Amino acid sequence: MNTQLPADSIEAVTRGLASAGYIASKQIATAVYLAEKIEKPILVEGPAGVGKTELAKALAAWRGMKMIRMQCYEGLDEAKALYEWKYAKQLLYTQILKDKLGEVLGGADTLAAALGKLHDFGDVFFSKEFVEPRPLLQALEQANGCVLLVDEIDKSDAEFESLLLEILSDYQVSIPELGTVTAIVKPTVILTSNGERDLSDALKRRCLHLHIGFPEQKLEERIVESRVPGISATLRKQIVGFINQVRALDLKKLPSVSETIDWARVLVLLQSSELDHETVKDTLNVLLKYEADIETTIPQVSSFVAKSGRQGVFG
Amino acid sequence: MREELHRFFRAARGAGVRVSPAESIDAMKAVADVGFAERGILRDTLLLTLAKSQEEKQALGDCFDLFFSQPEVPEEAAPADAEDSKGGDAAPNENERGAPGAPAPELGELAQMLMSRDRNAIAAAMAAASNAAALSDIRYFTQRGIFSSRILEQLGIERLRDDLDALMATSPGDAERLAAALEALRENVREVVNQALVLYGREETENLRNEILRNAPLARLERRQVEQMKALIRAIARRLRERYSKPRKRQRRGHLDTRKTLRRNAAWGGVPFLTSWKRRHRDRPKIVAICDVSGSVAQVSDFFLLLIHSLHEVVDDVRSFAFSGHLIEVSNILDTKSPEEAMSEIMSKVGFGSSDYGGSFVDFEKNFLRSVTPKTTVIVLGDARTNNLDPRADILRTISERSKRLVWLNPEGRMAWGWGDSEMPRYGAFCTVVRQCSTAKQLERAVSDIVAAYQ
Repeated sequence: MNTQLPADSIEAVTRGLASAGYIASKQIATAVYLAEKIEKPILVEGPAGVGKTELAKALAAWRGMKMIRMQCYEGLDEAKALYEWKYAKQLLYTQILKDKLGEVLGGADTLAAALGKLHDFGDVFFSKEFVEPRPLLQALEQANGCVLLVDEIDKSDAEFESLLLEILSDYQVSIPELGTVTAIVKPTVILTSNGERDLSDALKRRCLHLHIGFPEQKLEERIVESRVPGISATLRKQIVGFINQVRALDLKKLPSVSETIDWARVLVLLQSSELDHETVKDTLNVLLKYEADIETTIPQVSSFVAKSGRQGVFG
Repeated sequence: MREELHRFFRAARGAGVRVSPAESIDAMKAVADVGFAERGILRDTLLLTLAKSQEEKQALGDCFDLFFSQPEVPEEAAPADAEDSKGGDAAPNENERGAPGAPAPELGELAQMLMSRDRNAIAAAMAAASNAAALSDIRYFTQRGIFSSRILEQLGIERLRDDLDALMATSPGDAERLAAALEALRENVREVVNQALVLYGREETENLRNEILRNAPLARLERRQVEQMKALIRAIARRLRERYSKPRKRQRRGHLDTRKTLRRNAAWGGVPFLTSWKRRHRDRPKIVAICDVSGSVAQVSDFFLLLIHSLHEVVDDVRSFAFSGHLIEVSNILDTKSPEEAMSEIMSKVGFGSSDYGGSFVDFEKNFLRSVTPKTTVIVLGDARTNNLDPRADILRTISERSKRLVWLNPEGRMAWGWGDSEMPRYGAFCTVVRQCSTAKQLERAVSDIVAAYQ
């Protein structure tokens, strides 16, 4: 654990992520393995709540690295994502240093000479001291490497995508006044997207593209098992079976893994040992987020419960 | 294996997955890391590095399965051979085989291979011949013939024919067997070419078919084309959505954005070296569509409504009206029902009568004129054939004055406008644009222009 070297096999990645509490499917493990091997960012797409952000957290926890998260939103720009000058500090320093000015320029008789002296000072005010690093720059400056999570990139503007390109392909940024800042240790970059809009080809080209969908029943059971330790095997099977049937309905928002986990927690808290009609009806609002969806589901609850009950017995 | 990967990239491009050189380099690197040992992992790796969207993943996955399940070219020869070896030990077969077992040396290479049923040799020859014929360059289904004959040529069919003629004279039995083998070989080659077409040419084939379809008159589609056309219309809608749904920012000099300017110039103590300007507010299109659904134009209206109503992301507000004898609003039907159901319901309500433009315009003026605002584009789709009834062009003038633009789409050719009972010239006077709209291509362009006018 906590090795800085890339894992030497896909199984090692699966185990590592599992140790951080993330049960990864084969595709996910392969993606993480490859991302470290060929040093490429991963672009993760999929419906909300399937564990896109969680992947980055688990990766950071497993590697023992810091996770730097950048939440994207409309109107996010360079100043908030990359770096900004500490204007106030610059102004303050100029005020304080005003008196020094006389000394510095003391010997100069002519304006040209004074200007020359000032030039010798160089650009003190546009040096590293006055740069306020924002997430992207921070990620490059981590000496021990880090996991950079660019969350919900589809929410940002198209311009911001172009800003990311330099970082994604070369792990460096150019600051006009300072020159190019290159990563000390290349960070592992994970971008997530809910597919609200199509990302540009240039961005996609630079990334490994991973799509996380709803997990298979077996996998989801293992996820619930790792996330909700106190749950009985029967209940687990029933919950997952039930949810898989709900996902087959035409709903506005299908319940995803995070809802499964929440629901399992709720049922454990209510100390139910197995699914029954009443409990399900009462707790359906944990699972479904729209009134219309709940209305569609309620008539089906009995048959779903019966079916998942049978699965519990035989499965 | 490297060669194999390159061929796979070509196949992927054939399947419509855009594989750039940079991506193929990544894929190569990744594959070098994971190795070829496990097929599942190889598949995941290629999917991760090459495909960039869910659809592409689907396409690439299918392509992968097809490509790597693809037999070492003609394993189709196997069944015949397997049968052979199953019953092969039986005496008669053995005998038959024994006779030409050592084929006469004067036969050509291909004939010898076929006579001795050397499956591996044939497979190898076939692979070599397909390479020599550049089979992976196949793009269109029309090229099947030429590629088949090229491969056969490479295999040495000329020589085989000579051999066949020679054998005919000396031993007719062998000649018959050789002829049968040749027939089987042809079959195999056809198979190989077809498979290659599926692998390398799917995209192009579809493009070609779509191109033909795009230029076909909508009103005279064959039944089987209607389904394809619907798919094409959906593709057009997707394209238009992608093009126009992105908020485009355009700066307008005129209004200074004070807050932004101050913030931007904080570095210089608030001295405004750089100025920021307010962005222009962009309207999203509001559309009122009035469609003739009488016999002659029904099909075109059908496709037009389908297109307009699948543009939700781009268009703010669409209200659709259908008429032939009288006019009704159909927005609700179109929004809540599947396209087929909606169309049949509309048709049952107003369709297939003879059209009465004047009467329908009166209906519109009476009930729905309020829906036309100075921000609305009104689109009328129809052939303007009024059956010699009163055209009521004055109502069209009112609509035109109230709206932002009035566009008339006419499925008939320009030549026919104004002939017979067509009132197009009279109506045309009040329209911002009148354009012909009889094919999918023209339809796309018309709608694209309408939406673009708001950008």
